[in-house]
Amino acid sequence: MSSTPSARRTRSRKLAADIGLLAVAATFAVPLAWVLLSALDPKADVGMKAPDGITLDNFDAVLTDEITFTPMLNSLLLCGGGTLLTVISAALAAYPLSRYRSRLNRPFMLTILFATSLPITAIMVPVYALFVRVDLIDTMQGTIFFFAASQLPFAIWLMKNFMDGVPKELEEAAWTDGASPFQSLIRIVLPLMGPGVAVVTVFSFVMMWGNFFVPFMLLLSPDQMPAAVSINDFFGSKGAIVYGQLAAFSLIYSTPVILLYVLVARKLGGGFALGGAVKG
Amino acid sequence: MTAPPGHRRLARSLARALPVSPAVVLMALFLAGPIGYCAYIAFTDLQLTGQAHESFVGLENFRTAFDDEDFINAVWLTLVFTFLSSIVGQNTLGLALAALMQRASKTVRTITGAVVVTAWVLPEVVAGFLLYAFFRRDGTLNAVLDFLHLPSQNWLYTLPILAVSFANVWRGTAFSMLVYSAALNEIPKEITEAAEVDGASGWRRMWHITLPMIRRSIGTNLMLNTLQTLSVFGLIWVMTRGGPGNRSQTLPLFMYEQAFQKSMIGYGTAVALLLLLVGSLFSLIYMRLLRTEV
Repeated sequence: MSSTPSARRTRSRKLAADIGLLAVAATFAVPLAWVLLSALDPKADVGMKAPDGITLDNFDAVLTDEITFTPMLNSLLLCGGGTLLTVISAALAAYPLSRYRSRLNRPFMLTILFATSLPITAIMVPVYALFVRVDLIDTMQGTIFFFAASQLPFAIWLMKNFMDGVPKELEEAAWTDGASPFQSLIRIVLPLMGPGVAVVTVFSFVMMWGNFFVPFMLLLSPDQMPAAVSINDFFGSKGAIVYGQLAAFSLIYSTPVILLYVLVARKLGGGFALGGAVKG
Repeated sequence: MTAPPGHRRLARSLARALPVSPAVVLMALFLAGPIGYCAYIAFTDLQLTGQAHESFVGLENFRTAFDDEDFINAVWLTLVFTFLSSIVGQNTLGLALAALMQRASKTVRTITGAVVVTAWVLPEVVAGFLLYAFFRRDGTLNAVLDFLHLPSQNWLYTLPILAVSFANVWRGTAFSMLVYSAALNEIPKEITEAAEVDGASGWRRMWHITLPMIRRSIGTNLMLNTLQTLSVFGLIWVMTRGGPGNRSQTLPLFMYEQAFQKSMIGYGTAVALLLLLVGSLFSLIYMRLLRTEV
């Protein structure tokens, strides 16, 4: 018994789609495969090859205070601090925007939306000049403040949209019991929008963790550098690049954001970061 | 005695607005402040060192820019980079991937999605470094080309702007793919099925039914991709430093070089202001596309 022509056509179309996708996936996978193989290869080179044996020597070599731990700790401090500041300020700001009517809400949200898409790269030169004037250059707190400010428009936008999804009625019981708006935000609204808060947190953290230009411009002393900038030392004046170690460090530095992404994507579905923002 | 109602209403409004203040203060000091400062020093001759006071020079910096071959070169390269990597590359490839994913088997869809998204989630500098190794003279691309008996070359030297454009496609396609997957999933099945019954071929269905139905997503996606691509710095910096010479020096890298390597902060900022204006323009268009949402 043979299948109908239309079923056969559906199957051959599926096969064509599979082949097309796999071809793209294979191309995209090449650089990723290279970094995995090189990190384990005792004699890694710039080109991809089967490793000359499997070793963890590359990881051993980079897992020192100077190369890995200090920069990673700096990254954690910068991005953790920046994210905390962003999420708290955004949650506070989103509450009145979502709960009270005001003539100012619409212009405020429009300004926020406008600011979300400004090219931050373009203002880094004036930010540098300004930070030199006010003595915030080469300070962790200055960089944290800037990170938070640059991430805030998007965070407020997302947070407000998520908060709009929490029905007002749920709070009214608490209000009649005499709870202040602040208490009802902390005890009722935020717990109910847990996934939303998680999205804003992870998104802010991932954006800051991967950002190179901001710490590159605003921090100067090597002992304050986050991993995003210190990775360039592998290329720098230290002579030949040790590709195996650079690959190992790349993996270490990338792991936290990949884990965070997987964690949130598992819970909320693939396009999580886009849900509130880019409904075209 | 109670306060007059006007006062009370004002007090209530202020109390309600209070939680917004930390965010507003942060954004005013660290975003609006620098933008304002940018608009000011773009018209001065501020330098990095050895200068007591900057002085106001009017449009001098902009006049210099438009007479500066290197600036014109950077504008061209930015246009090429944006067109190739954002409009042609990320956008088209993202749409193609999303469309293919609608039909592919679940396993293949998951694998492809995972690989493409991983490239997107990686930190910018790591992506730059991986693609640098890929395009190097003795890198993987040339190894593959040699294997296929095709001519290899030193990509980062002969075609640097193409190499960094490809790198940006590698890194940024996932975003378009996710946007378009979401958009395509929202098209009711009945519509495509009806067209299929009417005998419309795949391309015709795409052109006459699918694309018009997701046009808002296309607009949004193009805007966001373009804005993101305009401000790419780290990726190019790691791969080529803007070189060789200035053959992959887009506007952000040109701005950086003028401001810091040549210590002409005023001039660098004038370039930054132009970039900011172009970005604002795109941003306004983007807002119009979203206008029903606010």
